[in-house]
Amino acid sequence: MLATLSPDARLAALREEVRAIESAGRAAGRLAVPFGLDAVDRRLADGGLAVAALHEAAPATPALGDDAAATLFLAAAAARLAMSRSEGTVLWALARRDLFAPGLAQAGLAPERLIYAECRRDEEVLAVMEEGLRHGGLAAVVGEVGNMRLAAGRRLQLAAEEGGTTALMLRRWRRAGTDPLVSSSPAVTRWRIGCVPSERLAVPGIGRARWQVDLLRQRGGEPHMWILEAPDAEARLALPALAADRPDQAVGAERRAA
Amino acid sequence: MAGEGAPLRAGGGAIFNAGLEASFPPRFVGSPSPPADEEERLTCSCPNAPGFRPGARWAREEATRALAPRAASETPLVTTQRTGQRITLAAIDPAAGALGLEVGMALTQARMLVPGLDVRDADPEGDGAFLARLGLFAARRWTPRAAVSGPDGLWLDLSGVAHLFGGERFMCERILAFCARLGFSARIAVAGTTGAAHALARFGSTSIVSCPEGGEGAALAALPLAALRLGEATLAATRRLGVETIGALAAMPRAPLQRRFGADLLTRLDQALGRASEPFDPIVPSDPPSVLLRFVEPIATAEAIAEAMAEALRRLVRLLERAGLGVRGLDFICERIDGAELRVRVGTARATRDTLHLLRLLSPKIETIEPGFGIERVCLLAWRVEPLGPQAIAGILAGEPPAPDLVPLIDRLVGRLGARRLYRMSAVESDVPERSVRRIGPLDRPAAWPGWPRPTRLLSPPEPIGDVLALLPDQPPRRFTWRGRSYRVRQADGPERIHGEWWKRSTEVEAVRDYFQVEDEAGHRFWLFRRGDGEDPRTGDLSWYMHGVFG
Repeated sequence: MLATLSPDARLAALREEVRAIESAGRAAGRLAVPFGLDAVDRRLADGGLAVAALHEAAPATPALGDDAAATLFLAAAAARLAMSRSEGTVLWALARRDLFAPGLAQAGLAPERLIYAECRRDEEVLAVMEEGLRHGGLAAVVGEVGNMRLAAGRRLQLAAEEGGTTALMLRRWRRAGTDPLVSSSPAVTRWRIGCVPSERLAVPGIGRARWQVDLLRQRGGEPHMWILEAPDAEARLALPALAADRPDQAVGAERRAA
Repeated sequence: MAGEGAPLRAGGGAIFNAGLEASFPPRFVGSPSPPADEEERLTCSCPNAPGFRPGARWAREEATRALAPRAASETPLVTTQRTGQRITLAAIDPAAGALGLEVGMALTQARMLVPGLDVRDADPEGDGAFLARLGLFAARRWTPRAAVSGPDGLWLDLSGVAHLFGGERFMCERILAFCARLGFSARIAVAGTTGAAHALARFGSTSIVSCPEGGEGAALAALPLAALRLGEATLAATRRLGVETIGALAAMPRAPLQRRFGADLLTRLDQALGRASEPFDPIVPSDPPSVLLRFVEPIATAEAIAEAMAEALRRLVRLLERAGLGVRGLDFICERIDGAELRVRVGTARATRDTLHLLRLLSPKIETIEPGFGIERVCLLAWRVEPLGPQAIAGILAGEPPAPDLVPLIDRLVGRLGARRLYRMSAVESDVPERSVRRIGPLDRPAAWPGWPRPTRLLSPPEPIGDVLALLPDQPPRRFTWRGRSYRVRQADGPERIHGEWWKRSTEVEAVRDYFQVEDEAGHRFWLFRRGDGEDPRTGDLSWYMHGVFG
């Protein structure tokens, strides 16, 4: 049957087949929630974040600024997943208490969409995540861990497929010098988020934060890298407008004056 | 007790009526021994039971006890209620009484007579609820038959119970002492009829009145007619006729009284004197639903415990279905051969009768049960139940999928982590960042924050930063050192000035924090603040702190 198709279609059919084998046939025709940013969604094999799957993100460096950026990236992803459902709720399994709810609300993750589960150890985080994923009523489950064994990751991936819920894993740096994303993992996508200097404004003040978003690995797709702007209150990431592409402010001012 | 015929005392039946003031949150019912933190409860009590008739001596006496710890302040205290358009005094304390205030007086008049009066609102519902719980306690501790009498009294049927407490006299003294420990001054009367007990408790001469058998007529003769539980109109009419005491009324011919006042007056009189019966509506304490299983052979394996648990749960659910109740809290109690009791406790976020769900909550706890030489009895006790009727399923007919029910998940996570570790965050009306969030239950509705820029991760407590180079009064820092690394600021925004909350702490009266959002050369964003506004040294010492990190 494959022989009669064009090369592109054959490749797509093969990918479909491999995916069905990988997930025991459960994730056939996988749903995805797009980032709402064409430049990103176009590069993702599923056209967005696959819903019933495990996704991982880690800060680029052990610096707390990068850690916060990775947190906010996952918060925005969780917010988009929650917004795609009516009354979508996100469960956030914490191991440390430094998360600040008003900051998450500014990335679109409103307090009425978020339940916190405070855990003592990484194992407890994984167990709570699995429980939340298997329930199937949540929009997404976010967890923060340092170490995750391959077997634990596989369990989460299976639980996500079973419950049709997205698992978002924040891999925090435990020791400087040990990149959390070095170890192998069954995650469908793996991201690395780091801060980059933002645009210098013409007036005193501070512009929208800017990140380097590395898609290190994705199942059924190519890695990629973007420079993106931090999410707004509706959890939308943005492409930085290049200076040349920006509307001419002088022209705008003239129009307003006229 | 309330049988027909004159000598109602026959058989040792006796009723007493304790006039009780209910004015603080009920906390003791259910715990058999009175709690020890008496001082604390006394301070929060105030005399606010309504329905004290003007001039009732015992009402004032109650206030004495309830307010004893407040005596140092010497401010007269009254509680008020609204009657029609007027606000009148509902209860007063002895200090107020000594100044000439009376229950029923208008508040404006009282304020005029006594400036600086401490006025509080009466809380009839709270008092009623407290009295009901006190009645429940009485029904559990003192007598099987107890009932609430009006807004301020309890009836206890003493038939066959007084000897358990050393006789009527001793029993009354014990109950008075119990009430005194709670901060009430009660009055007790023992009589052969409920009517006579009611009258003597409120209008008797001493705090314990014991009416001899068949002596109701003589004991009541000197009391005013108000003691008979009559309506306001009847009382006014009798006063016009010149009938003041119960004795005078009893001596009058019955036929004209019946014609003039209707049946009510004579019925009350007959009930007090034991010539007519009176219904008694006792409080029936309900036990929490429970199931007890006894085994022929002691069990010790996890499978056997699981089987026993499932069987007990099935029976309990059947029990609950019949009663229309749902479980909020459940105890699984195993009694071992050596007499030890092992208890496993689970709670649910919403009332439920779902066997599977409850079993899923209970069964992970089996591994915590140490069976020892074997378990001979298990008991499943629903210590907290709520009414649970059928519920409407929303949205099915309209074709939209129903919102997923998170309650089973929440119960399971609470069982795993503990109730305090699962929460939502809600806004608090405070500008100080560390005070602007609070935890609420996972099913409660949170409030949102205003849109000021706030960091993703907040450091608690804020960490001091050094080597800060900044222009005063309101320029952001150019450079600083934090955790042993120096940072050069590329861009910054601020200041956002946050004042101390002077209404919370005296040290914050003039305190000011100026917050800056800064970005270093690598693009990392920090939330820094400086104590003080940079001009007035009283607002802070100009030290700098790192408070959070933006994403």
